[in-house]
Amino acid sequence: MKPELNAMCTLPQRTVGYHTLKPGGTSPGALASLARLMHYAHFQRPSGPHGDSFVQSSAPVYDDAVVKKFIIATVIWGAVGMLVGVILALQLAWWPANLGLPWTSFGRLRPLHTNAVIFAFTGNVLFAGIYYSMQRLLKVRMFNDHLSNFHFWGWQTIIVGAAVTLPLGMTQGKEYAELIWPIDLAIAVVWVAFAVNFFGTIAIRKVQHLYVAIWFYMSMVITITVLHVFNSLALPATLTRSYPVYAGMTDALVQWWYGHNAVGFLLTTPVLGLMYYFLPKAAERPVYSYRLSIIHFWALTFLYIWAGPHHLLYSGLPDWAQTLGMVFSIMLIAPSWGGMLNGLLTLRGAWDRLRTDPILKFFVVGVTFYGMSTFEGPMMSIRAVNALSHYTDWTIGHVHSGALGWVGMTAFGTLYWLVPRVWKRDLYSVDLATLHFWLATIGIVLYVVAMWVAGITQGLMWRAVDDIGQLQYPNFMDTVLRLVPFYWIRMFGGLMYLTGVLLMAFNFIKTVATPAEGVPSDMAAAPAK
Amino acid sequence: MSNTTGTPKVSQRKSWHRENLEGKGALFAVLSTVAISVGALAEIIPMFTATAGPEQMEEVTPYTPLEVAGRDIYVREGCYNCHSQMVRPFRAETLRYGAWSRAGEYAYDRPFQLGSRRIGPDLQRVGGKYPDAWHYEHMRDPRSTSPGSIMPPYPWLLTARLDPEDVQASVSALQTLGHPYTDEDVAGVPRSIKQQGLEISQRLAGSGIQTGTDTEIVALIAYLQRLGVDGRAAIQAREDAAAGVGE
Repeated sequence: MKPELNAMCTLPQRTVGYHTLKPGGTSPGALASLARLMHYAHFQRPSGPHGDSFVQSSAPVYDDAVVKKFIIATVIWGAVGMLVGVILALQLAWWPANLGLPWTSFGRLRPLHTNAVIFAFTGNVLFAGIYYSMQRLLKVRMFNDHLSNFHFWGWQTIIVGAAVTLPLGMTQGKEYAELIWPIDLAIAVVWVAFAVNFFGTIAIRKVQHLYVAIWFYMSMVITITVLHVFNSLALPATLTRSYPVYAGMTDALVQWWYGHNAVGFLLTTPVLGLMYYFLPKAAERPVYSYRLSIIHFWALTFLYIWAGPHHLLYSGLPDWAQTLGMVFSIMLIAPSWGGMLNGLLTLRGAWDRLRTDPILKFFVVGVTFYGMSTFEGPMMSIRAVNALSHYTDWTIGHVHSGALGWVGMTAFGTLYWLVPRVWKRDLYSVDLATLHFWLATIGIVLYVVAMWVAGITQGLMWRAVDDIGQLQYPNFMDTVLRLVPFYWIRMFGGLMYLTGVLLMAFNFIKTVATPAEGVPSDMAAAPAK
Repeated sequence: MSNTTGTPKVSQRKSWHRENLEGKGALFAVLSTVAISVGALAEIIPMFTATAGPEQMEEVTPYTPLEVAGRDIYVREGCYNCHSQMVRPFRAETLRYGAWSRAGEYAYDRPFQLGSRRIGPDLQRVGGKYPDAWHYEHMRDPRSTSPGSIMPPYPWLLTARLDPEDVQASVSALQTLGHPYTDEDVAGVPRSIKQQGLEISQRLAGSGIQTGTDTEIVALIAYLQRLGVDGRAAIQAREDAAAGVGE
């Protein structure tokens, strides 16, 4: 290994151990060479004061400005999306909170909540993490700053468009794909810009080896493109209304192929990418198993896409498709737990730091929730279990143990790690971060347990029959009113979680507002030699 | 693995994956695309074939223009967030709602509205279950018909008016997508809306409710009263035929 390449490795060897550099290794091919030339023409500049410590003549100055912007957007949209969630929870417990207005009624606000937390909160934190880690893993600035900025502002414009159109009732009426066709087109354009920037950066990379986090990011870029295009195929009737090219059960199958894999390739694989970069960084430990990461990456990528029909068990979907969905869902336990174990075992030798480091607390609880929800999900896709759980709050609880537990906690761990580093100053308050952790954890537990109880209660009441086989609760209302106490508990759980996010926002504002007194102690260290 | 030096043994490991894939971005991307395509193609393509896809039911006919307008309102208000349109083939469900749902019943449903949560009851068989006036009162104040309900009220539907040209655009688009409307059907949308709207508003007047013939509530009632009706008739006809009724 050439010494200068070795010195360029900002990832300490002990942190992500199998990230090795090939001697003189750069990507081959004429396209890559052209891209590299364009890159140097465009970006060669003197290393600024914020350059990394491995500065050499052609060393890139990483673009952390776009990372900061994505972080700010994450915190803002996260708070908005979760606030809407708490309002929805209140509406279910106390209907007058619908306010009697069209744009504040549950049916219009719920898509705003789901889109905000999936695409605005999770989307932005993924982009922040990807832009930060990718540049460092590939030792190169992002392919094109204009694309980075277009990606950022385009994505925020789309989110604002969603926040305006959904309460106005402009929707395509398919879950997590509600946005009207002009916004769908805008998503396609911005996503393609991101994809060009992503693959362009890979093409001009200065490190031949692609670290495992990049694999997971790549699977997101590719799969979300395919899902979005095929699920959004629709014929416009007016500027705000369109009809899908698929009808009935075919539309349902395409939609849940999309819906389940939006979970798979937006809320799972890229979040695993974050885990593979930021968890070893935070733990200062190498990833536990390289071989496991290969196996579980390919297994997850191949198996996930089949699982969509488990959303349509006992529907008019052909039986063979339902069974495929169920069987592949159960198989998904293996690669999912492979990822969980690789995350948890990476902490071997660092467990003592869990007592003091809120970042590790967030990661550990996040990965643990990943393991629990990827056990629960396959279980719920078994027909006999699904017969009870489907259409009840059990599903809502399951989604939130994944969203609040896995995605949310991993996002918070990533943000608490990133903010001091990109703004180059110590976190304002570790105690507040710890308080955030406990609020979030207790909030999730309240939420999920309330939904388990509500879901199983209602599922059992729906199917309860008396001695001669007549419904024991023929009045649907009886099964609704039984749930109201749990709706209150769920709302307070969500409120705790939201409070934690607001504390995080306050913590970050104070951190950024504090004048920098040099970089945090662990960042001042020279890179591994 | 030695954690004291922090240099893991895996960093030295040579593997096929490391040698052949991890340095080749394009090949990695292509293989990832192949990996996600297999399952997608295997499940979706057969749905477009007659033998492996959903069965067809010729008794199921397209929605009338007023029902299309009502369905658009149903989608706009996000009713699918709380109401399913899928009766599962369980005794407890058929007792509560009626015949379980067949795929052929959804032939003209764009978008499909099966839903994923029953905060309120399933609506697949709600057509004909209640009088028009019940639906009017229920949308005005859900608790007037269903004590204890947690559903929000929808007072704006009682006054908002339909735009016939808007409905025409919808019917025209659905025609393009293959719904069997004739060009005359599309041209006659305003007349059709007026006629069906008049019938419903007269029924409502019979219950002492005064409303315009072209209000959104009238369109929504038209849609809700149509829900599951064709399918129920089709299923009944087949069951009768199988039982030899009328022979």
